[in-house]
Amino acid sequence: MRRSIFIFALLAAFPLAMSAAGQLFYVGMVSRMMVYAIAATSLNLLLGYGGMISFGHAAFVGTGAYVAGILLAEGAASAWLGWPAAVVAAGAAAALIGAVSLRTRGVYFIMITLAFAQMMFYLVNSMKAYGGDEGLSLPRRAQLGFGLDSANEVVFYYAVLLLLGLVLYSLHRLVRSRFGRVILAIRENEARAEAIGFPVYRYRLACFVIAGAAGGLAGALLASHGKYVNPNVLHWTQSGTLMIMVILGGVGRLWGGALGAFVLLGLEQLIADYPIAWLAALAPNYQQHAGLAVGAAMLAIVLYAPQGIAGLLAMKKDAPA
Amino acid sequence: MSWVLIAEQSLNGLQFGLMLFLLAAGLTLVFGIMDMINLAHGSLYMLGAFIAASLVQVTGSFAAGVLLAVPATALLGMILEVSILRTLYARDHLSQVLATFALILILNEAVRLVWGSDAALAMPQALSGPVELVPGLMYPAYRLLIIAVGLAVAVFLFLLINKTRIGMLVRAGASNREMALAMGVNIQALFTLVFGVGAALCAVAGALLGPLLAVQVGMGENILILAFVVIVIGGIGSMRGALLGALLVGIVDTIGRAFLPIAFGAFLPPQFASAAGPAIASVAIYLLMALILFFRPQGLFPARG
Repeated sequence: MRRSIFIFALLAAFPLAMSAAGQLFYVGMVSRMMVYAIAATSLNLLLGYGGMISFGHAAFVGTGAYVAGILLAEGAASAWLGWPAAVVAAGAAAALIGAVSLRTRGVYFIMITLAFAQMMFYLVNSMKAYGGDEGLSLPRRAQLGFGLDSANEVVFYYAVLLLLGLVLYSLHRLVRSRFGRVILAIRENEARAEAIGFPVYRYRLACFVIAGAAGGLAGALLASHGKYVNPNVLHWTQSGTLMIMVILGGVGRLWGGALGAFVLLGLEQLIADYPIAWLAALAPNYQQHAGLAVGAAMLAIVLYAPQGIAGLLAMKKDAPA
Repeated sequence: MSWVLIAEQSLNGLQFGLMLFLLAAGLTLVFGIMDMINLAHGSLYMLGAFIAASLVQVTGSFAAGVLLAVPATALLGMILEVSILRTLYARDHLSQVLATFALILILNEAVRLVWGSDAALAMPQALSGPVELVPGLMYPAYRLLIIAVGLAVAVFLFLLINKTRIGMLVRAGASNREMALAMGVNIQALFTLVFGVGAALCAVAGALLGPLLAVQVGMGENILILAFVVIVIGGIGSMRGALLGALLVGIVDTIGRAFLPIAFGAFLPPQFASAAGPAIASVAIYLLMALILFFRPQGLFPARG
């Protein structure tokens, strides 16, 4: 708990320091990282706590992005309308997809969630009225009201930070609630949970919908952040990237998703922004092949440190919930 | 809507379905026997196409290039299995998904380093024209070749699986791995062999589809998802299911894209039909999959009882 408050204090102080240094670009960059942190955290609820290996989480992020984006493009500028609508729509999509997918187990579940996400990907690609495969450009960010200007990077940053805090706190409370305990019990032993009398399917579906809705929130923020909705947010490689973030950070740990998002996006930014002289001397255009390093790092993490960075940092006493 | 168009599109669907079968067959065996989810299967398809493109250029002959690319890709697949994938069998599905996802990134970049983002692979000159199948129906000769090769490989696979000792071991492994192990099957060598066969099938599909689609980095990723849909529909571990699922997906996808917009246009206002037709057509196979899984969550022909 104390550690969480410390991290939030750091994140809250960051824009002040950057404003003082005149480096507002980094404020926008960290906003984007925090948006992905929300998306990865919502997936962590499924992967880490629920034990449901959903390979289609990009579908819900994308649903949120498109619902929020379309509302903006049609002139409904208020975030108080657009963002809740995105959450509800993503939750509804998760309810539909989950209702079918959760009838299956194991590898089937992985592949059916993947296929449904791909279906949504093709669907938005064929929505000619809203940009089709070129994506949807938005006139402005969603308006926050109360005289706050979301076009201001610092204001938007604090809005995202607040929502990230809300999502993490909700996850913290959720896994300690009765509902969360049942979800963990189902992950550990489905047959036993069923035998005790818990309606396993309904609990799983509820968990799936919550995670989808939170993913939708991340999507809505993503749309506002870049004033653009890219159909590629629904591509299956995005689902894979979100999973990588969760694994990298730590499966089933509160900060796992956020940590993974920060490290992965930070690493990409670092490779792109700062040429390393001796590496450039060896391989002149190594920056164009960053995927090789990211892939190798991911492979190493999966093979040798399956508990992720949080697992490496943590002491034995706080093993994952 | 003439019968020629329908016949042409059905043949296209058959051709696409057979190529999907080549990918799905390897994937379903790896799943069925090793209980291993391998996303890098699509990368082997890409590697097969790139290797074929190079070898066709070196040898100057399409047939020789493709025939050499098949064992080369099989070898690469086996090296991959022995070096990395083997350590993943005992891990959970999440680790397998992530590790093979990382392999996709690595292989994509490796191909980009060796070949660049794309490669040229042209169909042989002799097969570039159409042939008249029946009076009035012209069909590209190259697509006929693909259908013929696809059918031949399918027959070969069925004989291999159902009539040989190796095939018997594979079937035993797919239906009950522990029992096969207990009966003394050298499962490790079998795994490597199956993986090599899967990689070889990828190369056949990649090399043959190369001239029709583009040989480029990332070409394996979208077709991999289709192969997943195929084996989910067919039932994991089942060859019969893979064949039926592949033909179903190939034909529904092709026919849907060709005729749904026309069908919608017949009874809907044009501006709505032109938007809804392609949209529904592009998701038709996923709706089909959802429908099948709703009634049969284990697919049409589950290998395990």
